[in-house]
Amino acid sequence: MKIGLLHSLIRKDEKFLIDEFKTVKGLELVMIDDREITFNLGKNKFDLDAVVERSINHSRALHGLRLFESAGIKCVNSYNVATICGDKLLTSCALAEKNVPQPEVRVAFTEESALKAIEEMGYPVVLKPAVGSWGRLLSKVNDKDAAEAILEHKTVLGSYHHSIFYIQKYVEKKGKDIRSFVVGDKCIAAIYRTSPHWITNTARGGVATNCVVTDELNDISVRAAKAVGGGIVAIDVFESSDGLMVNEVNYTMEYKNSISTTGVNIPQKMVEFVLQVAEGRKP
Amino acid sequence: MKTECPVCSAEIELAKDSVQGELIECPDCGTELEVISVTPPAVKEAPQEEEDWGE
Repeated sequence: MKIGLLHSLIRKDEKFLIDEFKTVKGLELVMIDDREITFNLGKNKFDLDAVVERSINHSRALHGLRLFESAGIKCVNSYNVATICGDKLLTSCALAEKNVPQPEVRVAFTEESALKAIEEMGYPVVLKPAVGSWGRLLSKVNDKDAAEAILEHKTVLGSYHHSIFYIQKYVEKKGKDIRSFVVGDKCIAAIYRTSPHWITNTARGGVATNCVVTDELNDISVRAAKAVGGGIVAIDVFESSDGLMVNEVNYTMEYKNSISTTGVNIPQKMVEFVLQVAEGRKP
Repeated sequence: MKTECPVCSAEIELAKDSVQGELIECPDCGTELEVISVTPPAVKEAPQEEEDWGE
């Protein structure tokens, strides 16, 4: 069996995954550097049973997946999953359509209508770029003065993408949120991410500790994963006074800080899933 | 398996299981480096974070 690993830089996450693939007898891992590959549309014949996507660039991941799928290669995750998870607005739509609890989200297309929406929601709210990661350019808006300033800045200084205003009601999470890891039909592990800052991403200094996967956490995590199309995804979950809520879903999940923290061999579970897809045991 | 940090010239010894494209850190100056070749060993400064990097 031949599995392609689409990558650019090899971080610890990819290294763990490569090491796990090496333990599989009869498997050849083909490294595909997204900085070197070229695609010849309609003519590529890749000798691969599946591709697992681990690019650090969202744009390369997204388009690479589309091109591999176009060439008839099964991909983990699929292009559709990457498309939905790569855009917070599309993710929120997918979650809403499947009745997965999430914070209140409103979307507006002008400064004026966005301000009106924010005033109706009440402060604080969080303004997020629909496409973005690692907590970049998130704005917690505590009052009308800040709302007006940030909306103007986004309109004047940002590209047109920043004028699609994605507004999320701020959820008081008491200094921590949950990152759960879903592989196929199961939440295999979870961590708490704790930070004195309201942004708790581990890429921004959030500290990881183990979080027990309760039936409730498993249920909402798997429902969120299925809402975006399934596969291998990481779910950001808030513990709110109204119960668990899904904040975001990530499709090229980072887990290097979570293996020793949870005691779960996350890359091993990922490899098992990829093999199932490659062998046609998973759609 | 030895090479040199392009920033501080410290000696860098690649691990036996190093792979091309791997991120490592210079033990002396802490610069993030990318392994650009395993045989012969060679590293360069890792690329700067881009706008669409991340999960």
